[in-house]
Amino acid sequence: MQGYSQVRIALYFFFAGLVLILARPLLPEFLIRVPEAAVLPYDIWLDGLFNFIKDDLGLIHLTRGISSLLEVFLDMTGNLLHGKRRWPFLGPIPWTAIVAVFAVLGYWLGGWKMALLAAGTLIWTALIGQWKIAMQTLAVLSVAAPVAFMVGLSLGVLAWKSARFNQAIAPILSVLQTLPFFTYLLPAVIFFKVGPTAGAVATIVYAIPPMILMTTLGLKKVSPEIIEAGKMSGCTGWQMLSKVYIPAARTEILVGVNQVIMLCLAMVVLTAFIGMPGLGAKLLAMMGSFKLGRSFEIGVTIVLFAVMLDRMSKAWVVKQPEHFERGTPWYMRHIYLILGLVSFAGFIVIAEIVQIADHISRTQSLSKGKEIDTIIKDFLDIDAVQAVTGWLRWFLNVWILIPFRNALLWIPTPAFVLLIVAFAYWLGGKRPAIYAGVFFSIVALTGWWDRSVITLYAVISAVIISMFIGIPLGIAAARSEKWSKRILLACDTAQTFPSFIYLIPAIMLFGVNDVAVVFSIIIFTTVPLTRYTVEGLRTVPAEILEAADMAGATSWQKLTNVQLPLALPTMAVGFNQAIMFAFFMVIIAAFIGTQDLGQELQRTLAGTELGKNFVLGINVSLMALSFDLVVMSWAKKRKQILGLEG
Amino acid sequence: MTAETPVISCRNVWKLFGETPEKYLHNMPEGHSFEQIRADGYIAGVKNVSIDIARGEMLVIMGLSGSGKSTLVRCFSRLHEITGGTVEIDGQDIMALSEKALIELRRNKMGMVFQSFGLLPHRTVLENVAFPLEMRGQDKHIRRGRALEVTKLVGLEGREYYFPRELSGGQQQRVGIARSLAIEPDIWFLDEPFSALDPLIRREMQDEFLRLQGLLNKTIVFITHDFDEALRLADRIAIMKDGAVEQCDTPDRIVLAPATEYVAKFTKEIEKARVVKVKALVSEAAGSAEGEALDGDATVQQVARIIINDSRTVFPVKNNTGDVIGVMQRQAALDVLLGAD
Repeated sequence: MQGYSQVRIALYFFFAGLVLILARPLLPEFLIRVPEAAVLPYDIWLDGLFNFIKDDLGLIHLTRGISSLLEVFLDMTGNLLHGKRRWPFLGPIPWTAIVAVFAVLGYWLGGWKMALLAAGTLIWTALIGQWKIAMQTLAVLSVAAPVAFMVGLSLGVLAWKSARFNQAIAPILSVLQTLPFFTYLLPAVIFFKVGPTAGAVATIVYAIPPMILMTTLGLKKVSPEIIEAGKMSGCTGWQMLSKVYIPAARTEILVGVNQVIMLCLAMVVLTAFIGMPGLGAKLLAMMGSFKLGRSFEIGVTIVLFAVMLDRMSKAWVVKQPEHFERGTPWYMRHIYLILGLVSFAGFIVIAEIVQIADHISRTQSLSKGKEIDTIIKDFLDIDAVQAVTGWLRWFLNVWILIPFRNALLWIPTPAFVLLIVAFAYWLGGKRPAIYAGVFFSIVALTGWWDRSVITLYAVISAVIISMFIGIPLGIAAARSEKWSKRILLACDTAQTFPSFIYLIPAIMLFGVNDVAVVFSIIIFTTVPLTRYTVEGLRTVPAEILEAADMAGATSWQKLTNVQLPLALPTMAVGFNQAIMFAFFMVIIAAFIGTQDLGQELQRTLAGTELGKNFVLGINVSLMALSFDLVVMSWAKKRKQILGLEG
Repeated sequence: MTAETPVISCRNVWKLFGETPEKYLHNMPEGHSFEQIRADGYIAGVKNVSIDIARGEMLVIMGLSGSGKSTLVRCFSRLHEITGGTVEIDGQDIMALSEKALIELRRNKMGMVFQSFGLLPHRTVLENVAFPLEMRGQDKHIRRGRALEVTKLVGLEGREYYFPRELSGGQQQRVGIARSLAIEPDIWFLDEPFSALDPLIRREMQDEFLRLQGLLNKTIVFITHDFDEALRLADRIAIMKDGAVEQCDTPDRIVLAPATEYVAKFTKEIEKARVVKVKALVSEAAGSAEGEALDGDATVQQVARIIINDSRTVFPVKNNTGDVIGVMQRQAALDVLLGAD
């Protein structure tokens, strides 16, 4: 009954929107677009507000204080890793010594395979001649990740202790997680100087939310008996936290660490946009000048780093303490520490004598950038390839993208909002519908409607196309245990890559245009769609499948009647993630040249238009949040109905 | 009861769960039943309980799950704040203690063992056992010495450096027991300590527990839902239902004279001869019977052969020091043996 009326109300909204669309020729101008006069100067107001906070409240002094403190650490790691001329004037550490330490660390965490991965990644980086830029990135990462971890952990503990604080930060966290990264960058620049410091701040802020969430989750999950055992042992409040709660929540906290590291890596690459030197900056420069060979090599380095950091931190999550037999001598208890120190010292000595162990000079590097460049360009010049990509580009542009975009732009603003509300009501119910309506109205009132619609068009078209790829792929993979595992592993690995990477193949194939943007979003969003399709299908209980078999269902009937309906809530989570990823990617892709909010956002980076930057960022965030609310509320309700959760 | 102050003394203890339990309890009419309280939106975890526990006594609290036994034991240690009534430990009202004094009390007087062990997963056996000592701020060497001693006491010698996940369930509970004994507590709380173990191990752990109690002679509050376990261990049994104590008595009395229908239902399936002790059947003063005296602490079943083969109608009964304390009618013993009412 309730479901019925929900559909009916959604239909009312839909028809209202439809009427407005059909009546477009008759509508007065102010019903088609919000008139200029109604758009208030939010950006100027926000600028005023920021200036007030910055100068009159003196926040700038605080932030400059923080940035000088951060700078000390950044200079230190910078000196050690890539020889920045700052205190303690020791570096750069020879690359072989760092490789040795990582290899030992890898071995301790995950045996030979991990040691090989860690050492292999670093050796590749050195041999290809990217050691210095990689260390610039690592230097920032090794400051940003621990700071983000500690801030996130403390805030997580606070949120767990105080329900009120938790309520206060929950909405901020969800906005932060959908805010486009350009919006992190500009405030960082304005409050924390240009260069590594601002980059580090943006990176830290970006990585904190998941750490907070994982900390609270972990602390809440500590078993009541362990808590009572702590109390009965006479723990004081501080002892409870430091000796009982946090160690008992170890797993979740370390998962948080993994996420912090991966988000830091993703962000630190993107801070290239505000002039942070490192892998990201190099990649940006190479892509900008269409040097595909070098871009490809840097891309490989970034991917290897992502895989290495992800695998190593995940190995740390599952690493359990092992006991030593009685009477084990001290050097056996600390064998890895000693091995690491000895090989570190050893290679430092060797590097004093052998130049190639110290650093690899430009002439010694094995980079094949030019050659790869030629190969790629030759490949793209092949008529058949050009015919295919050319046709695809033509087809997508002429038959899908441009008509779709024009259609969306043609729809009057109020009709658009009504259609969104109808969709939200139909899928999510009343509350998400109200939010979606309010959020999209705000977007309309900020005066950036056309650009928002163009952003939305890229997101929607890319997600729809990737559904046609990701879902069938997932269904096919889920048919066998072996393939499920392989595809899941591939997806998990792909998800750890910084989003920037996905632009490389898109540019390679399609050059710099709209199609490349959509294509890169498609690759990026196919990953979660496939992943959650496989996961959803694989987690259907075996008994239910056996029951379907015994009822004489064909495998097609089984799929459509049993597996898909049960997998749908999980698949919805993947769909939601795909949309979030798409919003993220479309903004990054701006630098290839689009006409959406991303491009405007990127422009603001050059200046100091903080207000405008924020308005644009919030627009993206509001659109993303609307989808998030609708899809997640549907998935949650559906799961309840199916009894899959709670 | 002796004149000595009881170690634990609780008077009219209430523990209600709900929105404003104190206010509700204050205004609640007397004699409200569990259902009536629930209808008002509150759950009576503990309902008007008064019990005294003497030094060295082992009280077993027994009831089905949800009967409030775990809640009651947590009121004794103030892991739960009680809603009404008083709980005194050695004459000291624990609800009046400051946070600091409460921590001191737990650090020095109380030990607790949990159903699913509650071990800290990141600490070795030895570190787990030493944990309460560490919290107390004791010196590292003393801590280690004491932990080794208790670990040995519970039979875990040689596994001091194992982590909990490397041990079996029974071994993990031995760690839990060792930890609770590390500070040499006066009062020992055990919350269904053997329920998570399989039957064979459970039996073994009960024997182990009786051995330890023989050595240490602590004041014990032991919780179980297993009646056989209760009968095996208890000096006294308190049977709980819906938060209230239905009967608190010696095992003999529980079996021979159940106070309520609920208790009677519980004891119905029990083979009485295995529980009832000879001394519980003593009816008259000493002197009127002759021949060899029966051991008062033996169960009726243990002396069944003598009673059946011997033709005497009355038997003298002696206590554990050998003095005759009275006589037992043969018929009374036979009634228990044959299950006649």
